[in-house]
Amino acid sequence: MTRAVRPEAGRETAARPAAPPALVQALALVTVIAACSAEPAEPDRQELTVFVAASLADVAEQVSEQTGLDVTISAAGSSDLVSQVVSGAPADVLVTADEATMARAEEEGVVEEPRPVAVNHPALVVPAGNPAGITGLDDSLHDARLVICAPQVPCGAAAHELANLAGVDLQPVSEEPDVTDVLGSVTSGQADAGVVYDSDVLRGGADLERVEVPEASEVTNIYPAALVAGTDHDEAAEAWLDALTGRSGREALADAGFGVP
Amino acid sequence: MSRTAGEAPDRLAGLPRTALLLAVLGSLFVTLPLAGLLLEVPWPRLPRLLTSSSSLAALWLSLRTSLAATALCVLLGVPLALTLARARLPGVRILRTLVLLPLVLPPVVSGFALLSTLGRTGLLGGRLEAAGFSLAFSTTAVILAQAFVAMPFLVLSLEGAARTAGNRYETVAATLGARPHTVLIRVTLPLLLPALGTGTALAFARCLGEFGATLTFAGSLQGVTRTLPLEIYLQRETDPAAALALSVLLLAVAAVIVLLTYRRRS
Amino acid sequence: MTTADSPTADEAPPGSTTTGDDAAPLRTPPADGAPAARVRASVAGRAVDVDIAVPAGQVVALLGANGAGKSTVLGLAAGTVRPTAGTVEIGGRTVAGPRWVPPHGRHVALLAQDPLLFPHLDVTANVAFGLRATGLRRGEAARRAREMLEIVGAAHLVDRRPGELSGGQAQRVALARALAPDPAVVLLDEPLSALDVAAAAETRQVLRRVLRDAGRSTVLVTHDLLDVLAVADSAVVLEGGRVTEQGPALEVLERPRSAFAANLAGVNLVTGTLGADGESVHAAGGLVLHGLPDPGCMPGTPAAASFSPRAVSVHAEPPGGSPRTVARARVVSLERQAELVRVRAATEGGLELAADITPSAVAALDLAPGIDVALVVKAAEVRISPA
Repeated sequence: MTRAVRPEAGRETAARPAAPPALVQALALVTVIAACSAEPAEPDRQELTVFVAASLADVAEQVSEQTGLDVTISAAGSSDLVSQVVSGAPADVLVTADEATMARAEEEGVVEEPRPVAVNHPALVVPAGNPAGITGLDDSLHDARLVICAPQVPCGAAAHELANLAGVDLQPVSEEPDVTDVLGSVTSGQADAGVVYDSDVLRGGADLERVEVPEASEVTNIYPAALVAGTDHDEAAEAWLDALTGRSGREALADAGFGVP
Repeated sequence: MSRTAGEAPDRLAGLPRTALLLAVLGSLFVTLPLAGLLLEVPWPRLPRLLTSSSSLAALWLSLRTSLAATALCVLLGVPLALTLARARLPGVRILRTLVLLPLVLPPVVSGFALLSTLGRTGLLGGRLEAAGFSLAFSTTAVILAQAFVAMPFLVLSLEGAARTAGNRYETVAATLGARPHTVLIRVTLPLLLPALGTGTALAFARCLGEFGATLTFAGSLQGVTRTLPLEIYLQRETDPAAALALSVLLLAVAAVIVLLTYRRRS
Repeated sequence: MTTADSPTADEAPPGSTTTGDDAAPLRTPPADGAPAARVRASVAGRAVDVDIAVPAGQVVALLGANGAGKSTVLGLAAGTVRPTAGTVEIGGRTVAGPRWVPPHGRHVALLAQDPLLFPHLDVTANVAFGLRATGLRRGEAARRAREMLEIVGAAHLVDRRPGELSGGQAQRVALARALAPDPAVVLLDEPLSALDVAAAAETRQVLRRVLRDAGRSTVLVTHDLLDVLAVADSAVVLEGGRVTEQGPALEVLERPRSAFAANLAGVNLVTGTLGADGESVHAAGGLVLHGLPDPGCMPGTPAAASFSPRAVSVHAEPPGGSPRTVARARVVSLERQAELVRVRAATEGGLELAADITPSAVAALDLAPGIDVALVVKAAEVRISPA
């Protein structure tokens, strides 16, 4: 008589396949790294994540200190920020460097009620000492090395608009993808002249001079801000935006060279 | 598993299984992002996007400058690599370290370095300007920037191979009556051809993908200095789909280069 | 015969061979009496200080232990080593010392253990390399290359690539390549040591034919006594970077005065004439040694039989049985050599042979100087080579 073999209760008798030890270690390592980089979930802390265009980063920091909130600021190019938010990045507030980019965010449905919070005007700058003797958006630019932003970028569009108003045909030697690059060309002396923003003139410090262009005040670049749709921190976000548009915010903007709407 | 005589040779070449598993992980690590990229590409719009004037200008400029820069790398890099590998001169070791530095530098820093030397207010740049050679914002500047960042790749590939090969064949050739010039052309270079091919391909690929140094040193203007990577960066702002399309173009060119130069010699 | 002074790079070798001529075309030798090469120099860093001359048309064997300086001497001649003092002359022209001539201007040929055939060229292109490097047209260079390959007996390898050749074949092609530009001096650095016994024996005959018989001035660095016998005219012994002995090859081997040569010749060496059967050497006093002949041995020509003292056994009386090499001799001396005893005995013909036997055998035979014994030499351990 054969004795039936019954598996003991609660115990598997299936053979376990032996996993290669190195593979197990590799997977364990990957899991640990992933766990360490994940933020712990703390729903009750008044935490705010603000995505802001790079040019407004300093202002955003000052405003955050004023509010006393725990704010994480992420500064980058506006289109990058919008792409990140569209991909699901955890932002509560979005501030872009031009209206066109904010419009894209609106189309994607990721923001609510954009409102203008700052303005900027284009500025013609030359290296300290004005080596090429630029007198304005005029014939003095003819043989000069002029650097502006590419038209796809807000400051480039602004430069072209300004040139139209002044009735001048710009012949740049370089159309940079970022206003910071234009600024760098001028401050290093590589370029004879550049078109940046008012706020950048301050950043350039003693390395550059401003050349007045009367039509500049007619070209306005608006910086809109909006709540990100679906944010958990409505109150904090609104508080932050109020601070930005309030007195302290306007002071910070003015200090940085921005205008207010 | 036992193998009997006469069976096909071991495909795994004696590698342990874990190595193979890690190899699979490694290849996924590299190929999955590329696959992801290809999935995002707006294929129907591709023809129109790729034939726009700005795209063609960028592509043509990239090819021209990369070829010229690679040629410059070969012209200067081959003698440099051979000298580093074989000459017993003082300071060779320090020189080797310096030559490989551009590999480590972020490209923008390389751009600053070039500016400080060849820029208008730089060490040599000022004198060049005075003599009438204006490098700023020119296509030549692009070529120089690309060559600067790509040269270490060529030197690295070649120097290792030259060191391993030793110079016994060269000694024999010399005793047979060949002058140093003849030895270089008829013995050294033919023997180093595989390493030279690899190094050149790497250098060309690096030139093609160069971004930070050219932007910093040469600027960005369509047809003059806006190479394909710069065009992609710009298109990102307004038309991410176009940026993706151009990325695919860059990928395709790179793939062709690699295929052409990494052929196994039987 | 014209005497030409210091042949220059663009002077073609005089005359041309017709196919079928075994001897390679000879370079016009330098002014009568001047050696083909003279190294009278020292290299401080390697503790080498020598004065060695290679007479025109002669093969000089350079012997010595590892590290004795043989490769340095070759390097001095070839131009890969600079002397710290002294001069080097090739073909009557000073190439090191007051002036420096780099290797490519010296008209020397260098051949080492590793044939170092250029892997990217086929056999013919390899052999033609030296000719092309000095400006000869491709067609003419290929023709002479093929002639040279014929001379070294490698004509059937013309279209092969170096990777397809065996060790012996590659070495022959390398020899052809070295000889094609008609060098003033041929420098060989243990050319046969990487070959197996059979290939070495064949190649040794090629060297003999193409160097010694053809009268090419050569320096042959070697460890192998057989190389000296077959190829060299004279021998120079280097010890500790200095010359300790030199003279005609056979003399250095048979009557060694230096420790190294004695060691080299610690092997029994008996010269004589090769018998009609092709397998025995008939030496002085009627001694006949049977053994294994190398290729190239011709009955009736001078030959040498070499064998280790361990191949010799000592008996009180000649043992009967199958025909073996038996020699009657009188014990001359006994000397302790590690675990064995070396018995030296002289035959009636005056040949001194050494036998290594155990101390107990010595005791059993009650050996002492003056005792008559019969020496039996194992034929299987006797190598017969041309001398």
